Amino acid sequence: MSTVEHTPSESAPDAQKWVDVQASDDFAQLKHRLRKFVFPVSGLFLAWYLLYVLLADYAHGFMSTKVIGNINVGLIFGLLQFVSTFVITTLYVRHANKHLDPLAEKLRGELEGDGK
Amino acid sequence: MNESSPILNISIFGVFVLITLFVVIRASRNTKTAADYLAAGRAFTGPQNGIAIAGDYLSAASFLGIAGAIALNGYDGFLYSIGFLVAWLVALLLVAELLRNTGKYTMGDVLSFRMRQRPVRAAAATSTMAVSFFYLLAQMAGAGGLVALLLGITGTGGQSLVIAVVGALMIAYVLIGGMKGTTWVQIIKAVLLIAGAGIMTLWVLGMYKFNLSSLLGAAVENAPKAGEKLLGPGLAYGKNGTTKLDFLSLALALVLGTAGLPHILMRFYTVPTAKEARRSVVWAIWLIGIFYLFTLVLGYGAGALVGPDAINKAPGKANSAAPLLALELGGPILLGLIAAVAFATILAVVAGLTITASASFAHDIYANIIKKGKEEDKDSEVKVARITAIVIGLVSIGGGIIANGQNIAFLVALAFAVAASANLPTILYSLFWKRFNTSGALWSIYGGLIVTITLIVLSPAVSGQPTSMFKNADFALFPLSNPGIVSIPVAFLLGYVGTILSKEKADPVKQAEMEVRSLTGAGAEKAIAH
Repeated sequence: MSTVEHTPSESAPDAQKWVDVQASDDFAQLKHRLRKFVFPVSGLFLAWYLLYVLLADYAHGFMSTKVIGNINVGLIFGLLQFVSTFVITTLYVRHANKHLDPLAEKLRGELEGDGK
Repeated sequence: MNESSPILNISIFGVFVLITLFVVIRASRNTKTAADYLAAGRAFTGPQNGIAIAGDYLSAASFLGIAGAIALNGYDGFLYSIGFLVAWLVALLLVAELLRNTGKYTMGDVLSFRMRQRPVRAAAATSTMAVSFFYLLAQMAGAGGLVALLLGITGTGGQSLVIAVVGALMIAYVLIGGMKGTTWVQIIKAVLLIAGAGIMTLWVLGMYKFNLSSLLGAAVENAPKAGEKLLGPGLAYGKNGTTKLDFLSLALALVLGTAGLPHILMRFYTVPTAKEARRSVVWAIWLIGIFYLFTLVLGYGAGALVGPDAINKAPGKANSAAPLLALELGGPILLGLIAAVAFATILAVVAGLTITASASFAHDIYANIIKKGKEEDKDSEVKVARITAIVIGLVSIGGGIIANGQNIAFLVALAFAVAASANLPTILYSLFWKRFNTSGALWSIYGGLIVTITLIVLSPAVSGQPTSMFKNADFALFPLSNPGIVSIPVAFLLGYVGTILSKEKADPVKQAEMEVRSLTGAGAEKAIAH
C-alpha cells in the first residue's frame, strides 16, 4: 500500500503561522537572496538574447564578418548564447545550494516542526 | 531514397514499441492513487526527470525541423535552437522550483492558489487544453508527413491509418502507464534521440577532420543558390521589414513560451522536492543545449553531404534532411534507426501532451470545479483522467487526419504564443506580485488567449498566402505570422490593468501562505513511498 509521508493538512501550520513566517527576518533574507539573484540575471540574459536577435535580424553584414576560416561573428555570438546559458545555470545552482537551500531548510523545519 | 527499406524501418520501430510497452506495463504495477497516476508518485530523481523533460521538449520539430532549416536556410535555422534553449533559463530561475513547492498536479493549482478557485481553475484549464491541443495537432499532422518520407506511404488512406496507429499507441501508454509510464517512454526516447544525433554528429565531423570551418565551407560549396549567405543570418527572415519583425516576434514567443507550456510544467511535479526540480532543469538544459549543438552540425552536414537540391526533391522537403543524411552516412540501417527515433519522438511527445490535458480536465475541472474539491485525490479523479485521455486521443487522431498536409508550423507557433501570452504572465504575477488578484488572473489568461488566437486567425499563416491554411481567402489583416510581439506585452498589461481596476483585494493570508510555501517548500506535496 502506498503511504503518504506527510499531507499538508497534517503538518501544515495554521494561517497565522504563514503570516508570521512571512514577516520574519529569516524569510525576508531568503526572499531578498532569491530576488537579488534571479531578477537581475533574468534581465541580463533576456537583454543579451534580445541584442543577439536584433543583431541577427538587422545587422547581417556585421554578423557575416568572417573571423577564423568560415567561422563568422554570427556563429560565435550564437555559440556564446549557449555558453552564457550553461554558465548562468551553473552559477544559479551554486547560489541556490550555498545561499538559498540552508535558509529554506531552516524555515521549513521550523514550520513543519520536525526539525528536518 | 532507393536504398531506404520501409520494412526495416517498421521493424525497428516495432521493437521500440514492444520495449516501451513492456516498460510501461511494469511501471504501472505500482500506480494506485491519483498522485501515482498524475505525478508518478513524485518519485523520479532530478536527473531522470531532466532526461524526461528533454524527451518531452525535443519534438520531431526540433530534430527534423531544425536540422532541415539549417540545411536549407543555414544560419536562420540555428536561430530557432537558441530561442528554444535560452527559454530554459526562465523556467530555471523564475518558475520551476516555486511551482513545484506550491502545486500538486497542474498549472491551475498554482494559478488558483490564492485566488477564487473556480473561475481561475476554469481559465487555467482552458488555456492548458488550448496549448496542449494545438501542440498535439501539430505533432499528429507531422506524423503523416514523416510517414510519407520514412515508410514510403504516400496515399492519404495509408497516412491516416498510421496517424490512427500513433494515436492508439499513445492512448495505450497513457491509460496503462499514467505519468510514470509516460515518463519512462520519454526517458528511453531521449536517450535514443540524443545518442543517435550524437553518433551522426561525430561521424559528420570525422569526415571533415573535426574542423567546423571545412564543414561550413563544404556546405557553402554544395549550395550554389545560397552560397556564402548560408553562413550568415537573413536567408529565411531577411527578405523585408515584415519578415524581420516576424522573426523578432517569433524569437520573443520562443524564449517566453517554454516556461508556460503546461506539459513541461507538469513534469516538475514528478520529483520529490524543489531541489530535485532544480536538478532536473539543469540536466534538461545541458541535454537540450548539447542536442542543439548536434543539430547545427547535422544541418550543415546534410547541406554538405546531401545537398539542398536533393533535400528539396525528397517527399518531406526540409524535414527529410536528417534522415537523408543518415542514409548517406550509414545506409538503410542507420536510416531505419533514425526513422524509428523520429517516430518514437512523436509518440512520446503526444503521450506527454495527452496526460497533461487529461490531468487538467480531471483535476481542475472535474475534481475542483464540478465536485468542488470533494473528489480530489479520489479514485474517480484518476478514472476521469483516463476517460479524458481516450477522448483527447480520439479527437487528436481525427484532428491529425484532417490537419495532415496542412501548414503545421503555425500550430506550433500558436502553442508557444498562447503559452507565452496567456500562461507566463499569469504565473509570474501569481508568484511575484503581491497585489495580483482573481480579476487580474482572468484578464491575463483569457485576454492573452483571445488576443493570440484572434491575431493568428487574422495572420498570413491562415489566409492570403500560397502557404496559408486557406489559400483562396484573404482576411489577413495582421501582417505577422507570429503574434508574440503584440500579444505578450498586451497580456502582461491586461493582468496589471485587471488587477488595478478590480476592487477585490488580494487575500493577504493566502498570499503569505503561497509565498512562504513557494520559497521554503514547507507543506509541499511529498513523494510517495511504496
